[in-house]
Amino acid sequence: MAVLDSKAPSGPLADKWTKHKNEIDLVNPANKRNIDVIVVGTGLAGGSAAATLAELGYNVKTFCYQDSPRRAHSIAAQGGINAAKNYQGDGDSNYRLFYDTVKGGDYRSREANVYRLAEVSSNIIDQCVAQGVPFAREYGGLLDNRSFGGVLVSRTFYAKGQTGQQLLLGAYAAMNRQINRGKIQAMNRHEMMDLVLVDGKARGIIARDLVTGEIERHSAHAVVLATGGYGNVFFLSTNAMGSNVMAAWRAHRRGAFFANPCFTQIHPTCIPVSGDHQSKLTLMSESLRNDGRIWVPKRIEDAKAIREGNLKPTQLKEEDRDYYLERRYPAFGNLVPRDVASRAAKERCDAGFGVNKTGEAVFLDFDAAIMRYGKEKALTSGMKDADNASVRRLGEEIIEAKYGNLFQMYEKIVDENPYKTPMQIYPAVHYTMGGLWVDYNLQTTIPGCYAAGEANFSDHGANRLGASALMQGLADGYFVLPYTIGDYLSNDIRTGTIPTDSPEFDAAEKDVKDRIAKLMGGKGTHSVDYYHKKLGKIMWNKCGMSRNAKELQEAIDEIAALRSDFWENVKILGSADTMNQELEKAGRVADFLELGELFAKDALTRNESCGGHFREEYQTPEGEALRDDENFKFVSAWEYKGAPKEAVLHKEELVYENIELKTRSYK
Amino acid sequence: MKLHLKIWRQKDASSKGQIKEYPLNGVEGDMSFLEMLDVLNEELINKGEEPVEFDHDCREGICGSCSLQINGEPHGPDRMVTTCQLHMRKFKDGDTIVIEPFRAKAFPVLKDLIVDRSSFDRIQQAGGYISVNTSGNTVDANAIPIEKEKADEAMDAATCIGCGACVAACKNASAMLFTSAKVSQFALLPQGQVEATERVQNMVRQMDLEGFGNCTNTGACEIECPKGISLENIARLNREYLTASLKG
Repeated sequence: MAVLDSKAPSGPLADKWTKHKNEIDLVNPANKRNIDVIVVGTGLAGGSAAATLAELGYNVKTFCYQDSPRRAHSIAAQGGINAAKNYQGDGDSNYRLFYDTVKGGDYRSREANVYRLAEVSSNIIDQCVAQGVPFAREYGGLLDNRSFGGVLVSRTFYAKGQTGQQLLLGAYAAMNRQINRGKIQAMNRHEMMDLVLVDGKARGIIARDLVTGEIERHSAHAVVLATGGYGNVFFLSTNAMGSNVMAAWRAHRRGAFFANPCFTQIHPTCIPVSGDHQSKLTLMSESLRNDGRIWVPKRIEDAKAIREGNLKPTQLKEEDRDYYLERRYPAFGNLVPRDVASRAAKERCDAGFGVNKTGEAVFLDFDAAIMRYGKEKALTSGMKDADNASVRRLGEEIIEAKYGNLFQMYEKIVDENPYKTPMQIYPAVHYTMGGLWVDYNLQTTIPGCYAAGEANFSDHGANRLGASALMQGLADGYFVLPYTIGDYLSNDIRTGTIPTDSPEFDAAEKDVKDRIAKLMGGKGTHSVDYYHKKLGKIMWNKCGMSRNAKELQEAIDEIAALRSDFWENVKILGSADTMNQELEKAGRVADFLELGELFAKDALTRNESCGGHFREEYQTPEGEALRDDENFKFVSAWEYKGAPKEAVLHKEELVYENIELKTRSYK
Repeated sequence: MKLHLKIWRQKDASSKGQIKEYPLNGVEGDMSFLEMLDVLNEELINKGEEPVEFDHDCREGICGSCSLQINGEPHGPDRMVTTCQLHMRKFKDGDTIVIEPFRAKAFPVLKDLIVDRSSFDRIQQAGGYISVNTSGNTVDANAIPIEKEKADEAMDAATCIGCGACVAACKNASAMLFTSAKVSQFALLPQGQVEATERVQNMVRQMDLEGFGNCTNTGACEIECPKGISLENIARLNREYLTASLKG
């Protein structure tokens, strides 16, 4: 167990990062020119890391499977980015952001990392504004804020419902500046197939050119994995179609420990599944819970009538509606954290109160907000006795200004007008808190292999708060990794270029080619999607919003069986030495079929409920998560030993020196 | 519903392509256009035929990957949507649908419906940024107040997703709407003023080098743009370019 040294600096919480920065070794500017760094993934974490490392003087190569770095899935983040600026004067501070994040994560994250995140959060906003990111502003010209779940302050900065897009385009622009200077070489439409270790250190990768099918060797003094999360193990998620775990899983197979794989975020407000053809799920931003009220009918017969189309939700009287979040959690109401809101929706639907055909949807209703805003607008426009229709029209205009793009998206997908009838929403897989285990320096258990953003496990514990993913991605990439990686690279100033004709590169390339040949050589009965969908069903039904020992064991067995079926019977047409999207998918699904089993094993091992991990056996009489700090106050870090069932558990005990462990309450 | 699909198939960049016909049954109105193609591909794979390859990723209209010319229109008949957000309820039972890649000299076809849009990246690399170091040691964010209206206008220009529909819609295959969106975003913000002259000159030069055509103000780009990027941006780019030229 001694292998897991968090390397968190000693000393008072607020001084740790400054102290650490002062103590780590630096590389002088002339020597940086002799050092190569590979960054895999070009989302917020990878893009910002690549730009900053190149700006510092390192030679950077970036890799992404998309045709441009700008298309990484950070682009789809809607609601906003947190920062402890306290511009609203509502009592925010670094400590409060730190506290909210640790509590929101149900006390399963590392104190020192989270405090550092809070500490650099303000800088992110300064940086992005300097880069020309067009955040929303108030009439006075200063930056506007809104609220997100699980907190009592307004600290979320946003750019309409496209915050991720604007932040990513900022990082992409910073990358472009370095590409133009020749400091970043961007390898787009390239996928990392394996990590290459030389003398136990990460020294390069094997990549596949997705246009030509060519297998390439790339060496570097360090490798940064910023490849996002693994939500697509569920097949249906809000992730992009191409989002995958391959890079992280290849590193895991080469020795990087995988932490807390079972900590997955199921987001409460997504557009419900409409049929078997569904390829992905679409999020409706958490920011909507600022103004939307979530409800189901109070009486089961009303729910049935709505499901059958005999009753319209707008016909149901106020007293016949159950605003269950406001009822159960009066202090936070509709803005409880995501895990709590998702479970509450599932509880109502399981009890028979679901409101769509499949019985798996609840209402998100803007009527009250429309009327409230409309009344205010009427008064400030001098219309003292405006009629209902005018008030409604004015209110709808304000809602449109706030959430117009989300409402438009909803209408395009569902074919219903959410201004007139409440939205139907249901939880969906959205984010994975688990990921590669990293120390305070963001280094994995492989020296020279770093993980940033969603790809690592470090900051969100068992549940991530809204608007914190963007914050963490940019914090890691702009402000943490560029410092900490220098400490490691300072030992490499005399190393010289890493050759790619070594036996280690030969062996890794052969492994990759053999694996591709094996995939292409399947007997060919079923498509890749056939297996992916089957895996997704097992994951959703047995490792989803609530889990129990019996079903987790079943999941482990079923996934293992599905995996061997896959390797024997998957059908991939075409050839490997050309563009071949089925082959790309197959490689990714093959890794999901291993990760899925480890996921279930991790969930089975964790005999407690915390955050997004809800074990039915461990709950309070009111159905809330029952944590077990005595036995499970640790990070599970799994070591690869062949088949997932052989994986060995290492524990990083979590130490709380600055926060008192309490039962999370949002009541 | 039952559809008659006519799809561009092309083995690779150096091969000649051709339209192939595929009948498809069992399409539902709730499917997105790409989900309809998923169904076709599943059928093709089961029959032992190579599936149709197309770019796609987020499937929620923001990454800009999808790039299909549907019945002659970029992203198809619906307005303000990308192909992934186009739903089959916009079509009727028995319809014939022609699906091609975006066509432009600067967007060579790589395979089937996939084109190479790296020319867009190179335009951005020529000047689509503000040269500020990413150290975080800048002024406080609120030290740069910006008029709300200007900030909103900059945001409207910044929402471009770089899909290339504007180029595919233009009879000259011009990239003016794309380039002007980035130039406008920075032209509207105080942070963008310092490098304004160089930026517009370098980006326009790169745009011309890539082989995009000239703008003749027909406005097709604005109509087909899934994000509603306004033609006003092109006017602003022209003003910026003229000002830069006068400065020398």
